[in-house]
Amino acid sequence: MRITCPLCGDRDLREFTYGGAAVYMDRPGADADLDALDAYLHLRDNPAGPTEELWSHDMGCRAWLKVRRDTVTHEILGTALAAEAKRGAG
Amino acid sequence: MRLDTGGLIDRDAPLRFRFDGKGHAGLKGDTLASALLANGVRLMGRSFKYHRPRGVMTAGSEEPNALVQIGAGDQVAPNIRATQQEIYDGLTATSQNRWPSLRTDLLAVNDWLSPFLGAGFYYKTFMWPRSFWEKLYEPVIRRAAGLGALSGATDTARYDKAFAHCDVLVIGAGPAGLMAALTAARGGADVILADEDFRPGGRLNAEREEVGGLPGHLWAEETIRTLAEMDNVRIMRRTTVTGAYDGGTYGALERVGEHVGDLPDAAPVQTFWRIAARRAILAAGATERPIAFPDNDRPGVMLAGAVRAYANRWAVAPGKRIAIFGNNDDAWRTARDLAAAGVEIAAMIDTRADAAGTGDFPVHRGAVVTGTRGRLGLTGLSVEGAGGREEIAADTLAVSGGWNPAVHLTCHMNGRPVWDAAIAAFVPAENAVPGLLPAGAAAGRMTTAAALASGDAAARTALEALGAAAPTPDVPQAEDGGTAITPFWHVTGTRGRAWLDFQNDVTVKDVKLAHQENFRSVEHMKRYTTLGMATDQGKLSNIGALAVLSELTGRPIPETGTTTFRPPYTPVRIGALGAHARGSGFAPQRYTTSHEASRARGAPFIEAGLWYRPSYFPRPGETTWRESCDREVRMVRDSVGVADVSTLGKIDIQGPDAAAFLDFVYANTFSTLKPGRVRYGIMLREDGHVMDDGTTARLDDHRFLMTTTTAAAGQVMRHLEYVQQVLRPDLDVQTLSVTDHWAQFAVAGPKARDLLDSLVDEDIADAAFPFMSCGPVTVAGVAGRLFRISFSGELAYEIAVPARYGDALFRALVTRAESLEGGAYGMEALNVLRIEKGFLTHAELHGRTTPFDLGMARMVSGAKDCIGKLATTRPGLNGPEREQLVGLKPVAAGAEILPGAHLFSEGAEAVRVNDQGYVTSAGFSPTLNTTLALGFLRDGRARHGETIRMVDHLRGVETACTVCPPVFFDPEGSRVRG
Repeated sequence: MRITCPLCGDRDLREFTYGGAAVYMDRPGADADLDALDAYLHLRDNPAGPTEELWSHDMGCRAWLKVRRDTVTHEILGTALAAEAKRGAG
Repeated sequence: MRLDTGGLIDRDAPLRFRFDGKGHAGLKGDTLASALLANGVRLMGRSFKYHRPRGVMTAGSEEPNALVQIGAGDQVAPNIRATQQEIYDGLTATSQNRWPSLRTDLLAVNDWLSPFLGAGFYYKTFMWPRSFWEKLYEPVIRRAAGLGALSGATDTARYDKAFAHCDVLVIGAGPAGLMAALTAARGGADVILADEDFRPGGRLNAEREEVGGLPGHLWAEETIRTLAEMDNVRIMRRTTVTGAYDGGTYGALERVGEHVGDLPDAAPVQTFWRIAARRAILAAGATERPIAFPDNDRPGVMLAGAVRAYANRWAVAPGKRIAIFGNNDDAWRTARDLAAAGVEIAAMIDTRADAAGTGDFPVHRGAVVTGTRGRLGLTGLSVEGAGGREEIAADTLAVSGGWNPAVHLTCHMNGRPVWDAAIAAFVPAENAVPGLLPAGAAAGRMTTAAALASGDAAARTALEALGAAAPTPDVPQAEDGGTAITPFWHVTGTRGRAWLDFQNDVTVKDVKLAHQENFRSVEHMKRYTTLGMATDQGKLSNIGALAVLSELTGRPIPETGTTTFRPPYTPVRIGALGAHARGSGFAPQRYTTSHEASRARGAPFIEAGLWYRPSYFPRPGETTWRESCDREVRMVRDSVGVADVSTLGKIDIQGPDAAAFLDFVYANTFSTLKPGRVRYGIMLREDGHVMDDGTTARLDDHRFLMTTTTAAAGQVMRHLEYVQQVLRPDLDVQTLSVTDHWAQFAVAGPKARDLLDSLVDEDIADAAFPFMSCGPVTVAGVAGRLFRISFSGELAYEIAVPARYGDALFRALVTRAESLEGGAYGMEALNVLRIEKGFLTHAELHGRTTPFDLGMARMVSGAKDCIGKLATTRPGLNGPEREQLVGLKPVAAGAEILPGAHLFSEGAEAVRVNDQGYVTSAGFSPTLNTTLALGFLRDGRARHGETIRMVDHLRGVETACTVCPPVFFDPEGSRVRG
């Protein structure tokens, strides 16, 4: 598998480390209830198709990426810097 | 025997080689198979199960029978296909799976027992008694059945791995591949052309036909020369593309040194490549398939395309009198080429009554072969047709049941091939692997003209996808037509065994038995009979077996479907996949700056992650590690010790929001820390469990230096980047690992200040530099940093200098320590010192412990949010049901406490349901003259003073222990402030 890092370009999978589903970006605040925390920590969709994930380019530029990937075909549908995606989402 | 003329061999370059101890002569350009055939050797192996005599069937990587062992000693390579092995002077090959010799194999008794050894026999026969399977039946079966054997010694052969990138990867250098490479290269693409043969050209080297007015092999030679002169083309010979993977990644095995007799020491035998290709063209050709008829496995029965390949490419006639049996027009080419080479044709037998074609030899139309004769090699065959039955004398029978496109790579990502009735074979499904374009015979384009055109077209498609301009069309003229076929799979109405899978000894009858016993899905049939499960993965047998199954079930072949094709296309040695990852190449080795000095003092090293750290520093007269360790502990408690702590992670954190960032990642508060001060912190995971601990120093308002444990340095760094980029990009802060930039040494003990006073320029008296201070210092003119922190409970400092001064500083510190009756101490003593003080490591911070468990619940600040804070309030994470950190001492001083052992209440049976906790760290304390341990005990903080049983089932040790607070020594902490 190959992932296109927005900073480094097209790179082999072995340069990256998986960091979980992209829902981790939306962290519940200190005043959230425990059910919301439970959902954030443990409950995941398991889609057959496009899904969004976090990957760390830790054997490269060390950027965290938000990656859109198809779980059926393993096709990488898009990548963005996580920091920019987060700022963009406000 | 060798023909007088022709062939792509060098008659002026004779080579000597040995097969089963006998010397033979061959020529440069020969494979082991062609050279043996040239010497009249037909018997090359014994079959897997029945030990039937077998000869070579093919001229390529699909060979099921002619598997040999090459070399001797610890570099012996089993299961090498004689059809691919190039000969060299001094080559030693040995036959396999026979005893005592290839001609007289006593295990051939299995063949007589064959009525009892059909498919699945061992599932039925060896069921009882159950215990006999592992001890008796399996070893006997394994000895009797099999292929080549490993040497049993460590493989000392050298392997390599490599990476390559290209615009277009062309797989196969036959007519389609050469044309594709030429067009893609002329269009400016970076091209890799990989071919498993040592001579590119594919079937062009094996046929008598013209391309562009030249003999085919000369056109191939000329094209390769053109390609080799282009800067954007890389030609990889002897390279099999073995697998297609996600994102245009391909695995390929290059046999770098298997054809060389005197390989230089540094050169690899094989290199495994990972090739990233933006587009790939599959031009892997097609594999001819046999027809099943009784005793179709005798040496001398070969595939028709292989027989003419031996004649045309190697100028070898596999026999003196050759019969041909086929169901298609291509089989007639073999007759035509052999006749042209002056070989006697015994008969041309075609299953089709209406077969076109004539020749100056006996022709049997609408006829089939119903049996063969000859014990160690073919002597004759029976033919039945409209004219009745006829016995024909022949020493070679060339068989063709049609050709199967090499669809394998197109199926490696779940693609299923589709049936093409016109050629009675499976062809690749459309877009089965993204970016992989089949061409030529692999795509079902079976003539040379069609192969050239489709190679060109595939290259144009690739160029367009890459946004490159296509060159002017220039496809040479070539032969077209001659592919008519009427499917014919096996001869019916005969007695005797008709082989489908030659390598795993599976017959038509076995497939029928599988069907009869209800193994009717093709995947079940495969596993029941083991068809297609040998090292050739059924390249010759799969389609024939499907056809038999399809007849039995009444479902057409496309509905019967194929089994799953998986990588690798041909076997890949584990040695090649794991190249370099053995011995010291298995993992990187990280050395501290004090490594040489520590080694010079005789310290043995212990691995801590990738680091190598000294265990202890033995002194003359000390004979056990415990003696050294005890002395080093006493030395630190009584005078002064020096230890390298550079392996702890060091992270430089800078920015206006650095303090806010630390407040967010640490459970406790760092924004209130004053510059020049250090604070201990714990870091949680979002699920409320402790991730790591360590001290962080505030160097100035906007700059902190964090230390992590050695074990978690990488994990913490990645976590900080995660927090900074994924969760809090709003904070203006930057992080950088500086672990390798600084050498850092702990100087611990009552005389630590005396030692450092003599080395640093600054005033480090307690008033000026109290406990938990930090600041810049000058050490012999070098700018360093000093931290007054302690992992031993003694008056202690850690002094850091840029790594290049580490070796000198360590030597200076140890020399001065020794003058104060101190010295260096290692990991063993460091561990005992911290257990005495109840300090934590990753033995305790193992990922399942919360701040509450560790007695640190009050460190989680109520005044701010932090990672993991909310989760620490979840039910089940706080309370008497939790296993809590405790100290343990043996009731009888000197008794053993062992890490990993479990804790049970007195009187309770030591079984899982009664488990009360476990031991995480233990060691002998020379300070307190007893064993000390840390562990986790259910509701442990309420149970101090209780006696508990430690039981180590693994090592058979049981010890009564007293539960106590985890700080054993100087609980008031007065020494550290001294």
